[in-house]
Formats: sequence, structure tokens, C-alpha cells
Amino acid sequence: MTDDALDPQAAPVWHLTEEEEHHDHSGGSPTVLGFWIYLMSDALIFASLFAMFGVVSTAYAGGPVPHEIFDLKLVAINTGLLLASSITFGEAMPHMEAGRVGPVRFWLAITGLLGAGFIGIELYEFAHLIGENAGPDRSAFLSAFFTLVGTHGAHVTIGLIWLVTMLIQLGMHGLNPATKRRLICLSMFWHFLDIIWIGVFTFVYLYGVIR
Amino acid sequence: MTDNLMQTVFGRLSLESLPFLHEPILLGTFIVVSLLGLGLVGVVTKYKLWGYLWNEWFTSVDHKKIGIMYIILAIIMLLRGFSDALMMRAQQAIAFGDNAGYLPPHHYDQIFTAHGTIMIFFVAIPLVVGIVNFVMPMQIGARDVAFPFLNNLSFWLTVAGAVLTMISLFVGEFARTGWLGYTPLAGLAYSPDTGVDYYLWSLQIAGVGTTLSAINMVATVIKMRAPGMTMMKMPVFTWTAFCSNILAIAIFPALTAAFFLLMLDRYAGTHFFTNELGGAPMMYWNMVWIWGHPEVYVLVLPAFGIYSEITSTFTGKKLFGYSSMVYATVVITILSYLVWLHHFFTMGAGPTVNSFFGIATMVISIPTGAKIFNWLFTMYRGNIRFELPMMWVLAFMITFTVGGMTGVLLAIPPADFVLHNSLFLVAHFHNTIIGGVVFGLFAAMVYWFPKAFGFKLDEFWGKVAFWGWVAGYWIAWTPIYIVGLMGTTRRVNHFDDPSFQPYFIIAAIGAVIILIGILGFVMSILVGWLKRDQLKDVTGDPWEGRTLEWSTSSPPPAYNFAFTPVIHELDAWYDMKERGYERPTTGFRPIHMPKNTGAGVILSALALVMGFAMVWYIWWLAAVSFAGLFIVAIGHTFNFKRDYYIPAEEVAATEDKRTQLLAQGA
Amino acid sequence: MSTPHHEPAGHGGNGHPAGHGGNGHRIGSVLAIILTVIPFWLVMSGPTLSPAWTAAIIFAFAIVQIIVHVAFFLHLDTRSEGGWTLLSFLFTAVIVILTIGGSIWVMYHLNTNMMPMPTEMGGGH
Repeated sequence: MTDDALDPQAAPVWHLTEEEEHHDHSGGSPTVLGFWIYLMSDALIFASLFAMFGVVSTAYAGGPVPHEIFDLKLVAINTGLLLASSITFGEAMPHMEAGRVGPVRFWLAITGLLGAGFIGIELYEFAHLIGENAGPDRSAFLSAFFTLVGTHGAHVTIGLIWLVTMLIQLGMHGLNPATKRRLICLSMFWHFLDIIWIGVFTFVYLYGVIR
Repeated sequence: MTDNLMQTVFGRLSLESLPFLHEPILLGTFIVVSLLGLGLVGVVTKYKLWGYLWNEWFTSVDHKKIGIMYIILAIIMLLRGFSDALMMRAQQAIAFGDNAGYLPPHHYDQIFTAHGTIMIFFVAIPLVVGIVNFVMPMQIGARDVAFPFLNNLSFWLTVAGAVLTMISLFVGEFARTGWLGYTPLAGLAYSPDTGVDYYLWSLQIAGVGTTLSAINMVATVIKMRAPGMTMMKMPVFTWTAFCSNILAIAIFPALTAAFFLLMLDRYAGTHFFTNELGGAPMMYWNMVWIWGHPEVYVLVLPAFGIYSEITSTFTGKKLFGYSSMVYATVVITILSYLVWLHHFFTMGAGPTVNSFFGIATMVISIPTGAKIFNWLFTMYRGNIRFELPMMWVLAFMITFTVGGMTGVLLAIPPADFVLHNSLFLVAHFHNTIIGGVVFGLFAAMVYWFPKAFGFKLDEFWGKVAFWGWVAGYWIAWTPIYIVGLMGTTRRVNHFDDPSFQPYFIIAAIGAVIILIGILGFVMSILVGWLKRDQLKDVTGDPWEGRTLEWSTSSPPPAYNFAFTPVIHELDAWYDMKERGYERPTTGFRPIHMPKNTGAGVILSALALVMGFAMVWYIWWLAAVSFAGLFIVAIGHTFNFKRDYYIPAEEVAATEDKRTQLLAQGA
Repeated sequence: MSTPHHEPAGHGGNGHPAGHGGNGHRIGSVLAIILTVIPFWLVMSGPTLSPAWTAAIIFAFAIVQIIVHVAFFLHLDTRSEGGWTLLSFLFTAVIVILTIGGSIWVMYHLNTNMMPMPTEMGGGH
């Protein structure tokens, strides 16, 4: 972009002046980009789990098949809860930009409740399947199902723990640059998990039932 | 009742788990290691160095110190990994016909597994990460990496993995599956003991560290470059570090997933890779090689970058074909993701699949060849100084090219059908890893050592190291290529045909010569330190370098640059020297720096405990340490005071010292 | 004296992906809801279309909804972080396709060439 001084005779500038140094680093805080890259690596873990699922998705080993064990009504409710939680998180962000910590905490709390509901239903679903001898040790298909969906659920749970931590830290410190950065990262994490869920409900549940 | 209690408290750990109690080789090793360990602890305590070590090194978030610690870890693990190599060479030199050798298969299998695991994960990776850590931030004119605390954590997680592997030597047993732990052999049915669990937990913990480090380096290159340093004005080493770390981010998740699924099979009774109930053992191979092949490029790309820096410095010319070097690096990064199946051509994927991967494998040799030509053209009509770093480069060019050629040979599926899992294959990958990666890392250590410590390595012992490694490599591995071509299988601890014995004896001699090389390197550090006043680097630029790290003092101050440099051209330091740059001696300002922290050490220690507990089925301990990880990690986020300022007076004092030193040297 | 300060494009706020307007979010929400309801309805309302067609449609809807999420919720565009978030996203997408597609391609061929297993009910690999 900018190279030497306009006057080619003048000596080149080798260092930044005082005012420029106050721009911490050349490109601003690296946290958001770094977290984005981490999310990309997390997406690749899920890609491997999806690949594993794809490979053994019909390895029923004489055991339960998708349309026998998937309750699509429950899955629809769960999908609705998670999507709603993505939407409610999005409602918090303009308030964060405007510095209004009260509404931020409100929408965050709603998001947390919806997310907790999602996990609750998922745990119920898992317990029910295990009770019906359709647990992860019954067949490769079920191993892959429980692992893919369970890993997603574990991520959501970690997101919930993070969310509670944010509520506490917002209460203690309000909206400062650090808490804002963390909220941005958490929002990216939360939306990312909803994106993974799109893959799950489409390729695992819906596709499993119709194939 | 007491049995139950013992089981609950200790899991499957018992006195039987201590094999050194009844195996003489292990007992001897244990005694030696214990004595050395106690001796080291004694020396540190006697000279009251614990505080210094904790405050200046272990809790440091300075990329330079972390880089040095990675390299120290790698060198220690090299001694362990190479001992495994010597043991194997000795066994294979004598075990013919009636002579069963001194290592039964049960033990030998652990040795070759540990050798590969340690050499890749705890020698090669830490060496590469260490060099990138030390050099790259300075090359881009930055003061540190993007996430200094994460850097510290990554290092200690790697250490935790290494320690867990080392513990397996004395408590329980290590895996006997080879360094990648193929299923179904690595599954619970066929490897029920602690071996594979040690392997999985060590690598999973270290893998988290490596992944986080890679994210850190990529974010650093993108966000922290000095003003004026566009992507195409970055040093070539920074480019290769950038692409290597991007590749690492792309592949470690696949390994993490593969290990995670195998752990589930072993702990939760799932059927991902079992032989029954629908399992697909080959999927493990598939996933592990999706990681494994790009991994070797993760290792070799920074080595290529090192060669570029050294070649241009020691020929006094700018690198020939900078753009094509960059494009070649990017192309290799992408192509390396398209060849993984060549590691299991023989497993029955059929001609269509095999042809695709075979051709892709051959294609990847083209950008690599382009790089070799660029180095040759850089040297052409240059003023070549045959100092030690340049000698390593020349040894690399000859050695690695041969290895690359045997790779192209193996890339042809019909040839591979004959040579797969033969010693020819083993010779090929040692050829490329030693000739490519190891030689590059030695070149880097000799080249950048003065920058890190303020004095050069002793030249005589450096040459002993060089010739030991180069001669030793060729003497050790040429016979292995030959017996491999004649049909010898890998991972075998005894042979029936005595006509092969001379080859293995020569190989063993070669291994001993490499040992001389390793010891020579250690001596070059010791003697260098003893003669440090004579070998002192006064100017900070002992080799007439071209990149920014040579503009700092040796060693650099904690903050690297008193003023953030502004970049105008490629080879920024060379440009500065050419155009009359004068180092500022006044006007210093306070510098913003991150604080040290012990959180990385603590989190990694907890991870180590958890890994150990999981290996031994000590569930209560695993749960406690797992909870501890969460508590410490979350607690750490409540610490908002993680930085401080170096006062301007302190900066001025540091810079004044350098001004005086430069005046003396002039 | 000119000051060659390097200011990357998209330097919005703290490097926060730009374009965090409430409008984008609301549009995205509505689209996401529609793109979720239709596939569920299609599958749950019984076999109106052939399985192959249903599958194709729900896959397409999934991909579109992912793009909606990425564009409207994650605010990914060519400007955020100087284009690096978009570049890394596209790179990741390529790796995802290679990993999933490549693995299924390879495993399918390995399975096809494997000897038939002695009587195992319900298929297996």
C-alpha cells in the first residue's frame, strides 16, 4: 500500500511515530480472528465425525434402524429450541454494541434457558435409547450417532458454562473491551453450533428416516 | 473387600505394573534415569535455581523462551528416541538363525512403536514449533505472537504428553502397534493393556497443544506483521511457517477425531473400528493418514524455509524466484491433502482410487523440485560461504533429493505393492525426514543459536556433528534400502536368512556414527558455552543476514524491537543496511508486554494427571483432575490483569548497553 | 514526512466482523425458520416424493441454511478481517468436502473389494 516517502530524495521512514504506536498492533486485536480459526478447526473435527457417520450409517448389525428409533417430533422441538437460542443471542448483540449491559444479560439468560432445554431433551432422548437396547455399543451406526450428536451436545454444554461465566463477569465488570471480545467469541461459537446442528438434523435424522 | 478398595483407589495399577522390577534392561534404564534425574534436581536445588527457572522460564510467555524450551524438550526426547533406534539396530544386527537376539518381540514391538511416536511427536514437531516460535515473530517485526499465554499453554501440554509417554517406560507398558496404532490391533480386543491407552492420551494431550500453537502462529502472521510488510514482502521462512501451520490446523482435528473414536471403542464399548457389530477398522487407517501425510509436509515446509534463508544469506544474494517459492509452498500445502491413500495402496481400494492417489503423489514432487532449482539458481554465481549452516543445506539437497526420488518410485501402485511395509519404505521415509527435516533443524539451530544466546556454537564439534550425521545417515540407511528392495519386511526382530546379516551390521555401524553426530552436537553447545567469550556475537548480525531478526541484539531484549519497524522491501534488514539505516538511541517509550503466568503449567499438570488416571482406570482421579481443568481454566478467565508496561527508562538502559557493545565491536 | 501506516481493510471496531445490524439478523432468522420448517414438514408428512428427491431437497435446504447462518448471523463477508475470515472459511469448506467425500469414496471402494462376510444379518462393513 504505502511505500517510501513522497519525496524519493528523503530518507525512508524506519519506525512508527508516537501516535501510530497507540494503535496497539498493525491490525487490531487478533482475538476474534484467532477464535474464528479455532472454529474452523472445530468444524474439521465435526467433519471427521460426519465422515465416520457417513461410512457406518447403514452398519445396523441387525439392530435398530433410524426410523425405528428417531422421534422426529422431538427432534423438531429440539431444532426449534436451538434455532430460537441463536436468534435470542442475536438480539443481545446490538445492545452490546450500544453498551447496554442489562438487556445483554437478559437475552443471554434467555439463550441459556433455551440451550439448557435443548440439552435436557437430548439427554432424555439418549437415556430412552439406551434403555431400549439402542445404546452406542449396539452397532457401529449407533456408536456414530451417539458420538456425533453427543459431541455436538458436549459443545453446547460447554457453551452454556461459558454463557453462565459471561453473565457473572458482566455482572462484575460490565461491558469493557475484554468482556465484549468474549461475547463476540461466544456468539460466534453459539451460531457455529447451530450450523453444525443443521448438518445433524438433515443428514442424521431426516435423511436417516427416509433412506 | 480390600481388593475392591485397592481397585477403586488404584484402578488397574498394581506392583505388577512396574516391569522394571523384573526386566533387567528396564531396571538398568530406571537406575540410570533416576540417578540423572536426582542429580539434576540436586544441582538445581544446590544453586537455588528453582525460583529463577519458574519466574524466568517456566511461566514465561515470551516466544523466544518458549521456542528455546521446545527445542530443549526435543533434544532430550531425541536422546530417548535414538536409544530406541540403537537398540533396534543392535537387535537386527545379531538376531539371525538360532540367535534370537536380546529383545523378545514383546519388548521389540514397544521399542519401534515408541521410537516412531517419540521422533515425530516429541522431537520433530517440538523442534519445528520451537524454531518457528523463536524466529517468525521477529522476522515480521512483532514483539510476540498473537496469544502469548496460549503459546505457553501449548508448550506445557506438549511436555505433558512427552512425560506421559516417558512414564510408560517404567509404569506399565507402551503400545506395540507401531507409531500410528492401526486398528483392529489397537482395539481393546487385541491390545487390552495400558500400551495403546498411554499412546492415545499422550498424543491427544500433546495434539491439543500443537493445534492451539498452529492457530496462534497463523493469527500472528495475519495480524501482527509490522507496517509495510505485505504478504509478498514476508521472508520465505515466515511463508513456510504460515503454510505449515495452516496445514497443521487442517489436519490435527482428523487425528484428534480418530484417537477420540478409538478411545470410545476402548473405554465405552463402541464399535467404530471393531471387527464385529458393523465396525470399520479401515476407517481408522483412512482418518489417521488424512492426518499423517500432510503432517510430513507440516514438518518439511519450515525446513524448506530454513534452507531458503540460509542459502540466500550464505551466497550473499537475494533468493532466486521468491514468488515461485511462495506459490510452490502454497501448492504443496494444498496438494499434500490429496495424496493420503498412498500409505495403504495395498489395502484393496482398487485401481481407480489407487491411480488417482498415485498420480497426485507424483505431481506433488513438482513444486518441491521447483524449490530445489530455485536454491540452485540462488547459489549460481553467488559468493558462497561454506560455513556450517550452508554445509547442512548442501547435505540436505543431496540426501533429500534421493529420498524424494524413492518416494516417487513408491508412488506407483504396482511398485508399492511389492515394497509396501518393506525396509525400502522405512529407508525412504527416514531418508526424507532425516535429510529434509532433521538436517534443516540442525542447520536452523546452528544458524539461529547465536541470536538466541549471544555466542556461536563451537565450530569443530559442529563439524563432528555434521559429518557424524551425514556419513552416519548414508552408512546406516543405504544397506536398508538394499535389503528392503530384496524383500525384507519392517518391524521384524529376527531373520532367518543369514546372507542379509552383513547389511544389518553395516547399518548398525552407521547408527553408531550418527550417535557420534548427536554427541558432537551436544559438545558443540557445551564447548561453545565454555568458549562463549571468544565466540561472542557482538553485532547481533553474525552471518550478514537479510531478515529483521538480525537487526536485534543477540540475545534480543524481551520486547524484541524498541520501536516497531516500518518495512519497505523484501529482505527488510538487508534493505535497511543498504539504505543507511541508523539505529535510534533516544526517544524510547514504555512498552506494553504480557505478564508471565503459571496457569499453563498447572493446566498441563492436571491434564497429565488425568491422562495417567484414564490409562490406569483410576476413575475418581480422572474425574477430579477433569473438574480441576475446568475450574482452573475458568478461574484463569477471571484474571483481567495480564499485562504491564516496561518503563521507558528500562528500555533506554537496555538499548544503551547495546549501543556500548556495538561501539566496542566496531 | 509521510507515515506509511498499514491499515488493513475491514478494521471495524476490535476486528469484529462488520455489519452487525439488527436487520440482517432478523432477515436471517426468518429465512432460517422457513428453511428448517420445510424439510421437517417434507419428511414428517409421509412419503409424498421419492426418497431420492426428498433427500436432494433437504440437502439443498441444509446448504442454503448454512449459508444464511454464515451470512446473516456470523456476518461473514469479504471485508471482515481483511478478507481472511472468508478465505479461511472457504478453505475449511474445501477440506470438509475432501475429508467427508474422500473418506466415503475410499471406504466405499475398500468395502466393495472386501470378501463377503460369513452370514452377518443386517449388513455391516
